[in-house]
This record gives sequence, C-alpha cells and structure tokens, in this order.
Amino acid sequence: MKKLNTLLAQKENLLSIYFTCGYPELADTTAVISALEKNGVDFIEVGLPYSDPLADGPTIQDSSQKALENGINLDIVFSQLMSIKQSNQTPLVLMGYLNQMLKYGEEKFCQQVVDCGIETLIIPDLPMVEFENHYQALFDKYGLTNVFLITPNTSEERIRKIDSYTKAFIYVVASSSITGAKGEISKEQIDYFIRIKAMQLKSKCIIGFGISDKPTFTTACAHAHGAIIGSAFIKHLGSHGVENIAAFIAPIKA
Amino acid sequence: MKSKFQPDENGYFGQYGGAFIPELLHPNVKELADNYIQIIESEAFQTEYKALLKDYVGRPTPLYLAKRLSQKYGAHIYLKREDLNHTGAHKVNNTIGQILIAKKLGKTKIIAETGAGQHGVATATVCALMGLECTVFMGEKDIVRQAPNVARMKMLGAKVVPATSGSKTLKDATNEAIRYWIQNPATFYLIGSVVGPHPHPDMVARLQAVISEEMKWQLKEKTGKENPDTIIACVGGGSNAAGAFYHYMEDQTVELIAVEAAGLGVYSGESAATSQLGEVGIIHGSKTILMQDAYGQIQEPYSISAGLDYPGVGPLHAHLFETKRAKFMSATDNEALAAAYELTKIEGIIPALETAHALAVLPKIKFKKDQVVVINLSGRGDKDLEIFIKNLEA
Repeated sequence: MKKLNTLLAQKENLLSIYFTCGYPELADTTAVISALEKNGVDFIEVGLPYSDPLADGPTIQDSSQKALENGINLDIVFSQLMSIKQSNQTPLVLMGYLNQMLKYGEEKFCQQVVDCGIETLIIPDLPMVEFENHYQALFDKYGLTNVFLITPNTSEERIRKIDSYTKAFIYVVASSSITGAKGEISKEQIDYFIRIKAMQLKSKCIIGFGISDKPTFTTACAHAHGAIIGSAFIKHLGSHGVENIAAFIAPIKA
Repeated sequence: MKSKFQPDENGYFGQYGGAFIPELLHPNVKELADNYIQIIESEAFQTEYKALLKDYVGRPTPLYLAKRLSQKYGAHIYLKREDLNHTGAHKVNNTIGQILIAKKLGKTKIIAETGAGQHGVATATVCALMGLECTVFMGEKDIVRQAPNVARMKMLGAKVVPATSGSKTLKDATNEAIRYWIQNPATFYLIGSVVGPHPHPDMVARLQAVISEEMKWQLKEKTGKENPDTIIACVGGGSNAAGAFYHYMEDQTVELIAVEAAGLGVYSGESAATSQLGEVGIIHGSKTILMQDAYGQIQEPYSISAGLDYPGVGPLHAHLFETKRAKFMSATDNEALAAAYELTKIEGIIPALETAHALAVLPKIKFKKDQVVVINLSGRGDKDLEIFIKNLEA
C-alpha cells in the first residue's frame, strides 16, 4: 500500500471516497476497495459500522445498520482488510467511533490496524483534549496518525493547535451539519474555505461533508487539497451495486 | 475542598464522564461548560429559580410518612413527593433551571429528548412559559406507549419528532436530538437526565439537588435528624436519584440505593439493568457503564417503563456504583407493577412505572427497627394508566 503522506505531498485534487464495510453485502468490503482503486480514487475512507453513529446522517446510518444486520464486526473487517493487504495499493483511512476501539481493546485495535497496513484514523467522537490526555502516546507507539476535524465554528487558536498535531491531513467539515449530500456549496462555505486557506497551515486540508458530485468536488478542490465523498457514494452503491461503481466515479474524475 | 463526587475540570467522576463530542459541538459545549456554574451560583439565577420552583412548580414537595407502607415493611418510610410537582415528576426541577440558563446564554430555540415523555412535557412547559420554540425527539415506540404525554407536549406548543432509528426508544431519541444539535449548533439542548457530555451530567445533578436539599430540613423537622438511614431511588439515566442523593453523597452513614429496571429478569436478555449487564463504554458523549456487545455495539435495553429503558447510566452513577458508594438493586416489570398496585391500595398514591421500581425493592430489604428510609417518589402514574389497566389482576 502506498503511503498517504507520499500521496498528499505529490498530488493535488485528491478524490477520496467513504464507504461502509460489509455493505451492501457482508463480503463486499474488498470488492468495493478494488473497484474504487481501479477507478482511480486516490485514497479510501473505510467506515466501521456502528450502532449509534452520532456524526453520521441517515444514509450512512442506514448502511451501517444494514452492514451490522449482515453480520459485520471488527474481526471480520480486519480479516477482509488483511486479505487485500498485498494487492491493494490505494491508501486506506479507517473511520470508526471511539467505543469500538475501547471495547475491542485499544492496544489490540491499534495493532490490528497497523497489521492491515493502515496508519491513519478518523474518530469523530475523539475530542482534542482526550487525544492529548489519553491517545496521543498510544497512537505514537503504533505509528498511527489521528485526523482532526475542523468546522466553520472552530476558533483560529484551535485550528492552529490541530495543525500542530496533524501528521496526515486536516478534515475540513464543509458545513455545520452531519454527513449527507446537500447539492451545492454556498457563498458562506466558500468564504470559510478561503479563510482556512489564508491561514497557511502546514497541513494539507481535505474537504468533506456535502461533497456529492463533479461540481461540488471541483469547487472543493479549488480551495483545498482534495475532497471526500461519502453519502452520495453510499446512495449510489445501495441502488446500483458494486458492479456499477465506475458509473459514479468516472463523471467526477472526468 | 474537592469532593469525591464532583467532576474534575474535564468532567470526570473518577474514570467516568468527559465530553466525547464531535468537533462541531465543541464551541457549544465549551460555552456551557465555561458558564454553567457561574450562572447557577449567581444571585439573579437563584432568585428566579427558587421563585419559579415555589410559585410555579409547587415546591417544596412534601415529605410524607407513609404509615401503612411503614407498618407493612417494618421501617419508617417517607415518600419525597416529587409526583406532586407541576407536570407530575421531578423532571421540571431541571427544565426550570436549564431554561433560565438558556435564556442567560441568549438561546431561543430549545431541543430535548424524552423517554416516558415526562421530560418532554416538562421542557414543553417551560418553553411555553418563556415563549421559546421547542422541539422534542421521542422514540417511535415510546410515542405509542406514552400517548397522553405526546398529546400534552403538542398542546403545549412543542413539535414532537419521532426517532425511527435503532430501538426507537430513549437512546435513539437522544441520538436524534444530538444529531439535530450538531446540524443546528445555535439551539440549546435541554437534556433530561444526568447523561451526555460534560457539563450536562453535573449541571442536571445540581439542578435536581433541590430534592435532597429539602429532604434535609424536612427530615430534621420530622425526625430531629437531617440524615435518613437509607435513600431509595430508581435509575434510568439517573436524574431523580442524583437529586435525592446529592447532598448525602459525602456522608457514608447514609445508605444510597439505586434501583434499575430488570425488565423480564436481569439475565433474560430483556432488561435495562445497566450496572449488572454493562461494561465501560461511551454513549451520548460520556464515558460510563454501558450495555454493549463484544464489539462495542450498543445493545437495545428493555423495560416496561419508558423512562428506565436506557442502555447506559449517568457517569456520576457509574462512579457511585464502582466505588460502592451506592448499592445497585433491580426490579422486574412484574415486581414494579405489583409495587405500584400496592402503593395505590394502601396509600392512595398511583406512582409512575419508573418510580414503582424503587418501591419494588422494599420486600427485598431486611430493615432494622426504626430505620428511616426515604423513597424518592419521582413521578405520578397518570401517564401509565393504560399499562396499569391492562395488567390489573383479575
């Protein structure tokens, strides 16, 4: 697997896709990753289905629920990811909720993640103070990197602090909302992207939340290093299946 | 002096608590954390809060010596009559306090979650009182089993939004309220129990503490001593118990008993006895004891009582449980029903199903002669009449 940091350093306009493991079918995890790689997605956000995903909108909630009904669990996810460790070259970022890591055993979780060749985590309910007090040392020990989110309401002081902690990229939440395709990017959102860019942070910024198609992706890329599409892809996957992933990605890459 | 039962600067009671929130909520939660103690302790707040509790809510609530109940169980059993509060439960102590805090912070839109509907009604009530917009999230399943409270909320001008995800009960209503809050950070989340991210558990405990504050002088008047031997309260999230225990937590001579809902039996698979079935985990922004599977997926609890049907417990209670400061007991659906019928027949008081769980442990305790016991009678049973009628002994 390529290093995410190498990619971030070498390429712009990065396209990242979020998907939910074990959705639409339990065994689809690896097929989705392969298809995304084949279609030129730059890095992939691997979602761990959770029963109570507070930071996710209805589309991702439903896909998580379905995946859990399919019988997905962390052990299955790790074995699926292990099975493609050699073949897959696209960097993977793991996204899950803190309770999943806590219950699985924090050390065991980190070890499994590293064994799968993954070095980047997104944990939306891990706040900065808990990271500083309880997780920074643990992640360092395993060579893992935590991705922090910033929002239109995050103070400049806090953004600077997040920038100093960031080893991969900063996840710029496009609006004050939970995930879910919105359709377009507003003037206020663009002003916010410009404000962040003007801060000249050392870290690369990737925009997520509300990015759904070619126009929103292009707008996001004009103001950041790339963008993440989640709900819109899950919707497409749910209705058109793994075999039609190209139909979703191609127009965005075009 | 720092108390063992007050949270530290990051909102921890021992190892439980904290604020595990998405970044989107950080400014909101920080604003509240930075201001709540100062607001609550201000003279202006205290004056208005106390005046509303007296003239609008009807406090102090009586401390009633239940003679026939006492005779039956061989102890001096006092009932702290929170059921006589306006809106029928202890919940209003908290909503009156929080609505004043919301106003002080300049918030105009209020959201809340509700299980049995008591907190929803209490929130809709204070919003009507203050002329603020109110949205209440309620599990689809609870909307069916607590219909009278849904009607009350609507009459009070609140919008009731059904939570259709997961188990469609209190846990999911709370998820939906938090999601809405994330999308609309300018709203004030008027949480109904001692749960959620710091400072919510501590704030709600402080606002419910009026229960034990009154108990102290009422007991002094009636028994000559401020302290009872034992306090019994039911626990879902744990707000009425937190209020009843609050001013006694430091005094080890007062036995504290928290009663959880065991549903069809603690180990039946249909239960909400969190302390018995749960392990350390994170729910609704707080580290606590939580019913979950081997992979940290939150499990769906069950209780006949919509107010106790919660897979977690407030972090203060997790701490009281772990340090053994409080004794945790449980009561099944049937035990709670029997206790409700008993109180109704021998004392003429129809308790809420939640409260009935606290009464249901009386037959399980061996009381000493002259033991002074206070049961927090957290709510009245009007909302549960349909269930009571359905289960009436032939």
